[in-house]
Amino acid sequence: MSENVNNATKPPKRSVPLWVQILVWVGLLGLLAVLALALKRSQQGVVKVGDTVKDFTLTTFSDDQHPNGQQIRLSDLRGKVVLINFWASWCKPCEQEAPDLEAAWRSYESGGEVAFLGVDYVDTEPEARSYIAKFDITYPNGPDLGTRISQAFNRQMGVPETYIIDRQGRLRYIQIGPFQSVAEIQVIIDPLLADK
Amino acid sequence: MESFPKKVSRVTYRVSRFTFYVLFLLLALASAKTASAQQPTPSDDEVNAIARQLYCPVCENTPLDVCPTQACAQWRDLIRQMLAEGKSADEIKQYFVENYGARVLSEPPRTGLNWLVYILPPVAFLAGAYILYRAFRSWRALGKQASAQEGSEVPLAGDEYVARLEEELRKRE
Repeated sequence: MSENVNNATKPPKRSVPLWVQILVWVGLLGLLAVLALALKRSQQGVVKVGDTVKDFTLTTFSDDQHPNGQQIRLSDLRGKVVLINFWASWCKPCEQEAPDLEAAWRSYESGGEVAFLGVDYVDTEPEARSYIAKFDITYPNGPDLGTRISQAFNRQMGVPETYIIDRQGRLRYIQIGPFQSVAEIQVIIDPLLADK
Repeated sequence: MESFPKKVSRVTYRVSRFTFYVLFLLLALASAKTASAQQPTPSDDEVNAIARQLYCPVCENTPLDVCPTQACAQWRDLIRQMLAEGKSADEIKQYFVENYGARVLSEPPRTGLNWLVYILPPVAFLAGAYILYRAFRSWRALGKQASAQEGSEVPLAGDEYVARLEEELRKRE
């Protein structure tokens, strides 16, 4: 009896069809999965000290010897200590460290155990070439095409940033901002050279 | 009857006039070709029309046409240079995508997960509209039912229950 009474007072209830409910839940779960994947991807972009650095290929600026630029693969440099410097011609702090980087490179070049790579970040080629000429930079430099290399290191890249990788391909040091001297660079690289 | 030298001078005159016209025509054509080969320097408006469709990754959320940094100024100069070379807006944008990635575009390319950006907002809007429609319909139905109950002479089950309850209470008193 009381059930009948309750039914009479309640408004007529129209339930949402089951297939619509399933569709909505599947859609919501799908959206959450997509967001989780995107979050994971964005976190994967940041390389931490101790991590093995993901392989990449740098295409250097063309010159007389390499009219189409030179392809340098990070994995081909395994066994060497690698310094990767992100720079741009519009970046004033980059100008501050450019002579020190070049001096450091020249001190290691003959030994053949250290590689320097300059990655030109979000720059225009004529200005980048002027920058290289201005500081007489002799180690390989190339544009970060599609910002793919910088994204693999740091999704919030600012320049200058420098990453130093040991002989085994593991990241050992991150420098955010410019180096202040040649000695500062050598203090990091020399122990890695000793570590055979 | 005309004398021979007079005839010669008229012919010479006609030939020289014809040569003059031909030379004039050739000169006009040459100058037109030179003018078309040299693109006029693109105006700021032309550069900004493309720049506002691009974002420099260094200055996120600032369109290239209003970004004050040196990096963006260099990009605008590059656009101006490419326009002067006769490149189209699409070719310029393609160059920027190839060199700096698709994230420089103000509108994400319609590929892969980017489709969600285009699909989700209208789907959410339509779903919201549908929910509102259903809610309004049920409210209207409730309103109609309430007014029907007020006007109805047939005693409702609820009234019967209240009457019985009151009767029981009276009995207890």
